[in-house]
Amino acid sequence: MNFLSIFVLIPVLMILALFLSKKRNQILGVMVTGSTLLIGLSIYLVIKYIITRAGGATDPMLFTSTITWYEPLNIHYSVGVDAVSVAMLCLSSIIVFTGTFVSWKIEPLTKEFFLWYCLLAIGVFGFFISTDIFTMFMFYETALIPMFLLIGIWGSGRKEYSAMKLTLMLMGASALLLVGILGIYFSSGATSMNILDIKNANIPLNQQYLFFILTFVGFGVLGAMFPFHTWSPDGHASAPTAVSMLHAGVLMKLGGYGCFRVAIYLMPEAAEQLAPFFLILTGIGVVYGAFTACVQTDLKYINAYSSVSHCNLVLFAILMLNQTAMTGAVLQMLSHGLMTALFFALIGMIYGRTHTRLITEMGGLIKIMPFLGVCFVIAGLASLGLPGLSGFVSEMTIFVGAFENTDAFRRTLTIISTASIVITAVYILRMVGKFLLGPLQNQEHAKLDDAHWFERLAVIILIAGIVYIGSFPTDLADMLNNSIGNVVAQVMR
Amino acid sequence: MDFSDFLYMRSELSLLIVVIFLLLYDIIAGKKSMVYFQPIAIVLFAIHTIVTIIPYGTGEAFGGMYQNYPMMTVVKSILNIATFIVFLQAKNWFDTDKFKNERGEFYFLTLITLLGMYFMISSGNFLLFYIGLEMASIPMATLIALDKKNLKSAEAGIKYILSAAFSSGIMLFGISYIYGTSGTLYFNDLPQLIHNTDPLQIMGFVFFIVGLFFKISLVPFHLWTADVYEGAPTNVTSYLSVVSKGSASFVLMTLLYKVFVNLIVEWQTILFWIIIISITLANLFAIRQKNMKRFLAFSSISQAGYILLGIIGGTAYGMTTLVYYIFVYVFSNLAAFGVISTIENKSGKLNIDEYKGLYSTNPILSFVMMLAMFSLGGIPPFAGFFSKFFIFSAAAQQGFYLLVIIAVLNTIISLYYYLLVIKAMFIEHNEKPIPAIKSDTYSNVGLVICSAGILLVGIFSFFMESINQYSFGI
Repeated sequence: MNFLSIFVLIPVLMILALFLSKKRNQILGVMVTGSTLLIGLSIYLVIKYIITRAGGATDPMLFTSTITWYEPLNIHYSVGVDAVSVAMLCLSSIIVFTGTFVSWKIEPLTKEFFLWYCLLAIGVFGFFISTDIFTMFMFYETALIPMFLLIGIWGSGRKEYSAMKLTLMLMGASALLLVGILGIYFSSGATSMNILDIKNANIPLNQQYLFFILTFVGFGVLGAMFPFHTWSPDGHASAPTAVSMLHAGVLMKLGGYGCFRVAIYLMPEAAEQLAPFFLILTGIGVVYGAFTACVQTDLKYINAYSSVSHCNLVLFAILMLNQTAMTGAVLQMLSHGLMTALFFALIGMIYGRTHTRLITEMGGLIKIMPFLGVCFVIAGLASLGLPGLSGFVSEMTIFVGAFENTDAFRRTLTIISTASIVITAVYILRMVGKFLLGPLQNQEHAKLDDAHWFERLAVIILIAGIVYIGSFPTDLADMLNNSIGNVVAQVMR
Repeated sequence: MDFSDFLYMRSELSLLIVVIFLLLYDIIAGKKSMVYFQPIAIVLFAIHTIVTIIPYGTGEAFGGMYQNYPMMTVVKSILNIATFIVFLQAKNWFDTDKFKNERGEFYFLTLITLLGMYFMISSGNFLLFYIGLEMASIPMATLIALDKKNLKSAEAGIKYILSAAFSSGIMLFGISYIYGTSGTLYFNDLPQLIHNTDPLQIMGFVFFIVGLFFKISLVPFHLWTADVYEGAPTNVTSYLSVVSKGSASFVLMTLLYKVFVNLIVEWQTILFWIIIISITLANLFAIRQKNMKRFLAFSSISQAGYILLGIIGGTAYGMTTLVYYIFVYVFSNLAAFGVISTIENKSGKLNIDEYKGLYSTNPILSFVMMLAMFSLGGIPPFAGFFSKFFIFSAAAQQGFYLLVIIAVLNTIISLYYYLLVIKAMFIEHNEKPIPAIKSDTYSNVGLVICSAGILLVGIFSFFMESINQYSFGI
C-alpha cells in the first residue's frame, strides 16, 4: 500500500480506537497519539518529497499508485501528491493537531465529538491525496456532513439554523459538482476518472463552458465565493472552536484547491474565457468581506467575514492564471489557514472565559490575559499584512502576480482589491483597540485566568507556522514552483 | 415438454415448498408448537435464500411462458434478503399480545406475495405477468388490513385493494390493445410487432405503463401511498416499500428493454417527466410530514423517481445501477423501518417530535437510524452515496444532464428532511424522551444486517461488479 493512504488510515484507526475507549483520558490519548502521528507523517512526506524532486523527478504527481475500485465506471482509488497537496496536507495535520488541544475540555459527549472530528479529518486528508475525481468528490462530501452534527450539538448561538444552512448550501454546491465531474468524465472520453488521464484528453469547448461553471461554482461555494459565502459567517460563528478552526483553516481550502486542481487544470480553455466573470465576483467578495467585517461586533463574525475576504482573494489569484499569482494563492491558503485557525482558537479561549464575544462588552483584556492578548495581536498583525508574518508574503505575491497581467480590466480589478489591505487594517485595529486595550470594562473579567498549557501549545504551534512562512517564503515558493508551473503550462497550451 | 423445464423454476419451487410447509404447520400445529413457528419460518426462508442465491443460466420454460435470466435470479435474491430482514424485524410485533395469533397468516401471505413477484419478474407472457401481479397484490391487501381492530389499517386495506384493482383494470385495458394490434402476448414475439407508428399500440402501451406506475407509486399515481403506508402495520409497510417497489421497478425495466424497445422515444419522454414530477413533488410533501411512516412514504416515492433514472438510458450499465440501487435501498429503508417498528411496538410513539432526544436514551437505535437517513440522503461513505452516484452517472452517460441536475438538486431537499430526523434525535431535547428500549435478538440481528449493508456495500465494489456481470441492455 502506498504510504499516502496512511493519511486516511490513521483517522480511521482513531475512530475505531475511540469506539473502544471509555474514559476521558483514553479518548484524549487516542486523539493526541493520532494527531501527532499525522504531523510526523506529514513531516516525513515533506522531506521525502523534497528529496525526490531534488533527485530529478519531473512527473506532475509523485508517489502515485492506483487500485481499481469500481471497474464498470473506471473508478480507481488513486493517490498522488504534488507540492500544493503536500503543503495542504501539512496545513491540515497542523490544524487537526492544534484543534485537538483546543477542544481539550469539550463537553458534553466528548467521545462523539472526536468521532465526528476524525470523520472530518478523513474527508480532508482523503481529498488532498486523491487524484481520481470520484474519490476526491467522495472525500469532499465525507468532510461536509460531520459539520452538521458538530455545529448542531456542540455549537453556540443559533446553532440549529446555522448547521442546517451550512450543510444545505455546501451539499447544494456538491450537487453541482457531481454533475460537473460526471460531465468532465463522460465528455472527455478518458479511460479513467484519474485527473492525469483526463488532462490529456480534450473536452470539447462548448461542453467545457457548462462543466467549468458547475465545478468552479461547486468548489467556489466552499471557498466562500461571493455571492455564495453566506453560509460561512453563520456557520463559523455557531461552530465550536476546533470545528471553526478546521473549517475555516482547512475545509475552505478544499474549495480553492478543487478550483485549482479540477476546474482550471482540466478545463483551461474555458477557464481562460470565463475568468473575467468570476474575477469580478471574487473581486467584489474581497472588498465586500473586508467592509462587512468593519461593522461587526461579534468577534467570530469579524473573523468569519475576514475569512470571506481572504478566501475570495485565493480564488481571485487562481483566476489570474499566471505563475506568480497562483503561487501567491497557495501561500495565501496556507497563511490564511494558520491565521484564521489561530484567530478562532484565541476567540474560543477568550469566549470560554468571558462568555461573551461582543467587543462592546469587553475591554482591557490584555492586562488580565497577557498571553492570549499578545497572541491575538500577532494574529491581527499577520492578517493585516505586517512584513515578517505570513499575510504580507502571500498578499504581496498575489497582487504582484495579478498586476503582471497587462490588460486594463485585470489591473483595475487588482487596484480595487488592494483596497482590502487597508480595510483589513481598519477592522483589525478597531477590534484590538476595543476589546484588548483600554480600561477594563467589566470588573468580573478581572478574575479570569490566562491560557492553560494545552491552549498555549496549540497557539504557539500556529504562530510558529505563521512566522515561518513570513520569514522563509522562498523555500516554500521554490517547492511550489514546479507544481504550479504544470497547471500554468496547461493553461498556456 | 420435459421435466427439465421445471429446473429453470427452482427458486419458485423452493419458495413454494416453504410456503406449503408453513401453511400446513400453521394448520396442524397446536398452541405449544406454535411457539416455534417464527424460528422455523425464518430458518426455512434463510435456507431457501441460500440455496437459490447463486445466479443460474438463461432459459425458457413452457414455450416461452416463463423466462429466466441470471439477472432475474439476482433480483430475486435481493428480494429474498429484504424479506428475510422483514421477517426478523417482525418478531417484536408478534410478541405483543394483540398479534400473537396472526403470525401464521403474516408469514404465509408475505411469502405468497413474494411468489407472485417471482412470477412477475420471470414472466414471458402478459398472462403470466398479470397472474403474478395479482398474486402479489391481493394477499398484500390482506396483510395491510391485518391489524383487524384498527380502523386505519382496515381503511388502508380497502384503499390498497381498490387502487390495485383500478390499476390492474387500466393495465389490462392497455394489454388488450396491444393484443388486439399485434395478435400475441408473448414477450419474445412482441418487439417485432410493436411500432411507434401505430397510435393504438402507443395508447395501449401508455395504459399499461400507467398501471405499473401505480404499483411503483410514482406521482401522479401515488395518492394511495401515504395513507396505506400509515395505516398498515409497520412491518407490512416496510415490506411494501422495499420488496413490492423493488420488484415492480425491475419488471418495468425488463419490459421496457425487451418488449417496448421500438417505443424508446415515447417511454424516454414519459419517464423524463414522471421522474421530475415524482422526485420534486414527493420531496416537497415529505418536508411537511410529522408521522414517521407518512414521511418515509413520501421519501420512498422520491426514491422511486431516482430508481427510474437507471432505466431512462436504456443501457446495460443502467440496469446494473438500478439493481444496485434497489439492493442498497433495501438496507437503508429497512434499517429506518426497523428502528421505527421497534420504537412503535415498545412505546407506541410514531411522531418525529416524539423522537426528540432519542440519542440520550437509545444511542444505538438512533445511531442506526442516522446511518439509514444518511444512506437514503446519499452521504458518503455510506452505501447510499454510491448507489446515487452510479444511478446519476447512468443517466448522465446518455446525455440526460438536465434531468440529472434536477434530480441532484432534489437530493438537497431530501437531505433537508432526512437531517430533520437526525436533528430531532441528536440535537433537540425533550422533557420526556422515549425511555430506553430493550429490543429482542431477532430485530437486533435485523438491524445489524442492515447497518453492515449500509457500511459495506458501498465501500466494497464486489457487489456492484457482480451485479454488473449479469446485466443486459436493449
